[in-house]
Amino acid sequence: MHWTHTLQNILALAVKEFLALLRDKRSRIVLIGPPIAQLLVFGYAATFDLDNVPVAVYNEDGGGAGRELISRLIGSPHFELVAELDRDADIAPLIDRREALLVLHLGQRFSADLEQGRSAAVQAILDGRNSNTALIAVNYLRGIVMEYNRDRAGRTGIGKPPAVLEVGAWYNENLRSRWFIVPGIVGLLTLVVTLIVTALSVAREREQGTFDQLLVTPLRPVEILIGKAVPGIVIGVLEASFIILLAAFWFDVPLRGSIGALYLGLFLFLLSAVGIGLMISAICVTQQQAVLGAFLFLVPAVILSGFATPIANMPEAVQYLTYVDPLRYFLVVVRGVFLEGDGYALLQHQYWPMAIIGLVSLAIAGWLFRQRMY
Amino acid sequence: MNARQATRLRLCGMVRKESLQILRDPSSIAVAFVLPVVLLFLFGYGVSLDARDIPLGIVIEQADAATQSLAGSFEHSKYFIPRYYRRIQEAETALERRDIEGIVWLRNNFTRRLFTGDEAPIAVRLNGVDSNQANLTQGYIQGVWQGWLTRYARARGKPLGNPVELEYRVWFNQAVTSRLFLVPGLIAIIMTLIGSMLTAMVIAREWERGTMEAVMVTPLRTRELLAGKLIPYFVLGMGGMLFTVALAVWQFDVPLRGSFWVLALSGAVFMLVSLAVGLLISIVSKNQFVAGQIAIVVTFLPAFILSGFIFDIGSMPAPIQVLTHVVPARYFVTILQTLFLAGDVWPILWRNIAALFVLLFIFGALVRKKTHMRLD
Repeated sequence: MHWTHTLQNILALAVKEFLALLRDKRSRIVLIGPPIAQLLVFGYAATFDLDNVPVAVYNEDGGGAGRELISRLIGSPHFELVAELDRDADIAPLIDRREALLVLHLGQRFSADLEQGRSAAVQAILDGRNSNTALIAVNYLRGIVMEYNRDRAGRTGIGKPPAVLEVGAWYNENLRSRWFIVPGIVGLLTLVVTLIVTALSVAREREQGTFDQLLVTPLRPVEILIGKAVPGIVIGVLEASFIILLAAFWFDVPLRGSIGALYLGLFLFLLSAVGIGLMISAICVTQQQAVLGAFLFLVPAVILSGFATPIANMPEAVQYLTYVDPLRYFLVVVRGVFLEGDGYALLQHQYWPMAIIGLVSLAIAGWLFRQRMY
Repeated sequence: MNARQATRLRLCGMVRKESLQILRDPSSIAVAFVLPVVLLFLFGYGVSLDARDIPLGIVIEQADAATQSLAGSFEHSKYFIPRYYRRIQEAETALERRDIEGIVWLRNNFTRRLFTGDEAPIAVRLNGVDSNQANLTQGYIQGVWQGWLTRYARARGKPLGNPVELEYRVWFNQAVTSRLFLVPGLIAIIMTLIGSMLTAMVIAREWERGTMEAVMVTPLRTRELLAGKLIPYFVLGMGGMLFTVALAVWQFDVPLRGSFWVLALSGAVFMLVSLAVGLLISIVSKNQFVAGQIAIVVTFLPAFILSGFIFDIGSMPAPIQVLTHVVPARYFVTILQTLFLAGDVWPILWRNIAALFVLLFIFGALVRKKTHMRLD
């Protein structure tokens, strides 16, 4: 068969796929509604940064040094004073009822100790029901105490530490959670949309009985496969570009690296997403099953991708499992290009695993198509 | 046969039919059994927000006793795996290649400035892309630094340098293990999956196929029909809850400090709210595909993101905080975290259980209104 003929066949099928997708009201809903809702919800709600943490102060000291430390705490945008206590017994109910996440306790000798050049202790009690939130709050507090110490040592000349930390962060200089989460959404939503679109494509034809008709046309299975894959990739590129634009211009995440490296990663990622989508589609008989199948793949794929919780923190056995998750690699690419300013060279080890996952899954999908022919 | 017996008979038949329908449909099994087990496995053993074994580059330009002792402090910390470099350029390349998460740089004048009391600088560079982890890493580095300073001062017989010493205690979770709040929170997710998503999709299929109308013309009353439909899902959801609680307590060592019966009661109310939401979605969409999509966007994702399960609600923008008030999982996650880790704190429990009852009333009224309209 001549190659122009093959090209024509693929093109015809791809055009038909696009029309089927865009004419169906439900598919249009999937393409537009959920991604926008998720982008807004994730973009604004999914942040590990804390604001207005409710704090209570139990100040037994009353001295000037203690008051200064407390005013620094309240002055911080991260904390908000909700109560001033005067009894030890009031601490527990406040924490228990979640009225305060943190209670800061200054003992009676706090200022006196400091005046005499001794080291003074300050106690913080935290609600550990969400231990991550508690740890972040401790870090904010520690920063305030360190700054206080430095200023005080500078003023009095007493208690200068012999060595000081000078901490700086690369790539995300102010450690903004949003800069980490929003580029991740590019990968997440692109995967969701592409997977559902492709998972539905064969299942829809199966349900309507047109897949058998497609198989008796002169199109070869490979051509069917490519024709079915093209719309998924095109829609994925459009969707991803839209979210990349929003990330850069609406959420103001810096886009520092090579756009070409980002799109090469995107293409390989879409190849693997389409491959997996078609695999699911080839197994399922109804659209209902296809959507559920996609969902069953998506939930673990997102959890294991490093989207919100780092892969390095997972046990080793689970880390091996993440190697078959294409989102894992693409998240490195998209964050690398956005924040770290990466080019092709630094991302090469992310490219080839996605290419392999894509080719293998497409091959399996093609094989499954053929199995269904007879 | 009196009216009461007849009701019971019809109800039993309906429950039986529904139960068989769930068990015979592979996709129901997937949502009701496979997904919860996968989620439990991933959250129980897999994901964690607690950093450990962080690869940290340490650049020592001039090795001597002081730099060795500081490097040794990092070596002994359970949070770090140090890798040593002689020059900062090598370490920076490793940081760019993501081989290490941060750099601690001791310049060649470090020891001299340390001895002269001249605030010897320890330069720290972190990969800030994952800001949460970078924050935690920074905290751990500060901890190591503080410990080293204390030992250094003690060894030289001097009082400790720091004017103010911060001591902190994390109540309810002293070891600060993220699993202790992730696993209980998961109960809300699993019950949402079964109560809202599964129910919405399966019942939407009946609307789509017209079998709902067929059932409506039978002697079944609307109330019996709804009860018969929902009882199997209720049982399934409560079963999912018991299973998760058992695993949490016996397998994942999460303490259950509050009363089990309060947990069961609030779980039952939450399940009813979830079922009402699921039913409402099925009635509004009347199509399984749309129902599935709506269920994911309005129940599953909010249960993850907007419930306080992982992300702190108090830190979200005000409009989103308002939105979280209609997310049933928000109240249940609070109840779960309190019951498991803190105990029976009644002021929190009754407020959140009351909120669940209010939501149940609202969604129940909406369901009643919508089903009524269908019958006319």
